[in-house]
Amino acid sequence: MSRFVPNARLVPLMATTLVLIVLFGFASMQYPGFASARVVANLFRDNAFLGITAIGMTFVILSGGIDLSVGGVLAFSTILIATLVGGHGWHPLAAISVGLLCGTFFGAVMGFLIQRYELPPFLVTLGGMFFARGLAFVISPESVGISHPFYDKVMEIGIPVGPKARLTAIALLWIGVVFVAIFVAHWTAFGRNVYALGGNEQSARLMGLPVGPTRVGVYALNGFCSALAGAVATFYMGSGNPSMGVGLELDAIASVVIGGTLLTGGSGFVAGTLVGVLILGTIQTVILFDGRLNSWWMRIAIGVLLLGFILLQRLLGRLTAARR
Amino acid sequence: MSDELLQIRGLAKSFPGVKALDGVDFTARAGEIHALMGENGAGKSTLIKVLTGVYRRDAGSMSLDGREIDPAFPREAEAAGISTVYQEVNLVGPLSVAENILLGRLPRRFGVINWRETRRRAEAALARLGLRLDVRRQLDSCSVAIQQMVAIARALDVDARVLVLDEPTSSLDEQEVAALFSVMRKLRDEGLAIVFVTHFLDQVYAVCDRITVLRNGALVGEYRSDELPRLQLIGKMLGRDPTPEAGDWRDSNASAGEILLSAEQIGRRGHMNPVTLDIRKGEVVGLAGLLGSGRTETARMLFGIDPAENGEIRIEGRPVRLTSPARAMRAGIAFCSEDRKAEGIAPNLSVRENLILAMQSGRGVLRKLPLSDQLELAERFTAALGIKTPSPETPIRNLSGGNQQKVLLARWLAVQPRLIILDEPTRGIDVGAKAEIEKLVRSLRDKGMAVLFISSELEEVVRDCDRVVVLRDRRKAGELSGAEISEHRVMQLVAQSDA
Repeated sequence: MSRFVPNARLVPLMATTLVLIVLFGFASMQYPGFASARVVANLFRDNAFLGITAIGMTFVILSGGIDLSVGGVLAFSTILIATLVGGHGWHPLAAISVGLLCGTFFGAVMGFLIQRYELPPFLVTLGGMFFARGLAFVISPESVGISHPFYDKVMEIGIPVGPKARLTAIALLWIGVVFVAIFVAHWTAFGRNVYALGGNEQSARLMGLPVGPTRVGVYALNGFCSALAGAVATFYMGSGNPSMGVGLELDAIASVVIGGTLLTGGSGFVAGTLVGVLILGTIQTVILFDGRLNSWWMRIAIGVLLLGFILLQRLLGRLTAARR
Repeated sequence: MSDELLQIRGLAKSFPGVKALDGVDFTARAGEIHALMGENGAGKSTLIKVLTGVYRRDAGSMSLDGREIDPAFPREAEAAGISTVYQEVNLVGPLSVAENILLGRLPRRFGVINWRETRRRAEAALARLGLRLDVRRQLDSCSVAIQQMVAIARALDVDARVLVLDEPTSSLDEQEVAALFSVMRKLRDEGLAIVFVTHFLDQVYAVCDRITVLRNGALVGEYRSDELPRLQLIGKMLGRDPTPEAGDWRDSNASAGEILLSAEQIGRRGHMNPVTLDIRKGEVVGLAGLLGSGRTETARMLFGIDPAENGEIRIEGRPVRLTSPARAMRAGIAFCSEDRKAEGIAPNLSVRENLILAMQSGRGVLRKLPLSDQLELAERFTAALGIKTPSPETPIRNLSGGNQQKVLLARWLAVQPRLIILDEPTRGIDVGAKAEIEKLVRSLRDKGMAVLFISSELEEVVRDCDRVVVLRDRRKAGELSGAEISEHRVMQLVAQSDA
């Protein structure tokens, strides 16, 4: 036990995991058929695009920043891909590549503005949010459907995990992104620099770490993740839509914080964000299963969880400080 | 022994309007600890920042081991073999000890960080300093002293040949300082050149082989520390003959007036055991003791920041409940915090605005002090306290530490308190400013104000106080007054065991 104490960083992650287990256990007892491979598989399918944006957001928040543009960038990416594929006859892979490039570039520009001119990320990305959303509507004010053999093929991919349950391509992609992100966060210099930057920027600078490139990289990475989530959303919806993902940035931030990442930066885990997204998804599924509950109860539950987690982190912070 | 490792010749650096360094020479030798001394504004920190690549020099030369160097950023200086540990520990709290030592050069294989190797190297780096601890521990959970050691381990990990320690001892207690010194001596004996910046004269003589004194951006001289008596050193730093004022004034204090504040067994669980003390009008009462002995805690109880949970406080015989700073202020108490940066100044506000803060809050939000009055106040106090500022509208962050401290003092003096609590008013400021603050304390006393004076520098307490309450382990160890007060007696009380 005493070996556990030093790592107060792990406590929020464990708490989040416990919440998920309790929530899932409770729902399984309450609703017949809840504890099934199918529900789990659907959880991974339905939350894939939120999950992917939330991973990008995790890096941004770890670096001590915030990004409000993810919903806009996602919508822009969906409509760009849909228009290129549906209207101009591009191959989806080419269209998706262009979408990813645009998202990454867009993020990098915001990161550059934040870094070079010392602008507050909140405002820069708020501007980015309006800009990207507006651009999406300029491309097409209405939803554009996609029908392409490549899409059909991709949607057929899946790993069966139980009766009438399979992990679809987009669910697999999300899981893959999580693993890559964990690797980047913990086993690469970039990942550690992100933690250092969020933990103490002044120190990171004096330690000779590449603060500027790291910050620009973080927003570029998040732009990439948002665009990738947009690509995933086109598979999920079978279309692109400029009004998609309104408020998505807030869900992403909520997932990251519930996942145990400190909003001030420097502390948290990608795996926690995965759990955070799954908690949000599970609450939604519970409401669906129940049938009597108003779907706004989900918002209330998220609100309560969010407040609970920041309170937990503050208490843990006090404990660490007291132990010193 | 005396091989000159680092040679700096004719170094110059200017900032808009200020010549921070003007033709300074400095030499660090392998196997020596070299103190860099000077008042604030002498150019110590500029010299160090040029040396470590934070600033670029305007003129002059620097060479390490005969090779010309001109680092453009900290990493280049590190690569050349010059490592620095800054005053405020510059590490990343949420990360592990191991990472803090190696961040920026984490061992990698094919781009993948090798954590096992990281831990091994971190442990080896700490072992060199004679320290063993779990390097996976989060840095935040370590004491400041350990963090300091981690910072040194980090500095050494780059095959440093010159180690710069910029006021590393300001937040350590005596034991921790002793541990740091033994590490410094060990590293010196291994052939490192150590540049040591500190405000504490005792420490200079305890550990340094050589002293270089700067004043106003220019070199005063380089001396062997065993050939430069303390008084002369102070004289060189100040640029004038130090006049000994110590002790003699105390006898003139016949006028210890009536009791202004008496605290009877006040205490707060987890902070301070019950303590009793009286403060008279026209008296300076000192609180002495080691770091963590309960000096600040006592002050915070008296100012209502962490109110006393038990006991009784009377002001002029009437019981008062000091449950918040606002109440304490109404009772005529003022408090100058030891943490100037975090609890004192509003860095972006001007000198004038900082000065009137307390006064304005005493008047309430609606009755704004007229600007003409504010300016008059600002001018009166800048003149009276000798605050060096280009104008009352200069942002306070542009002032030196000593001048910031004076503005804070002025802030409280402006509300004309009956009791002023000064928590470490001389910390981190230069010798000249210290002397001025001490003089100010005496003049306040002579005007009939009661002063509670907290300082970790024993000689100040002995010199300035009419009565000294000695604290140990968060309880009162004893009280000395008048002629009883001496460094020796205070230390005896501190050193007593409870048994």
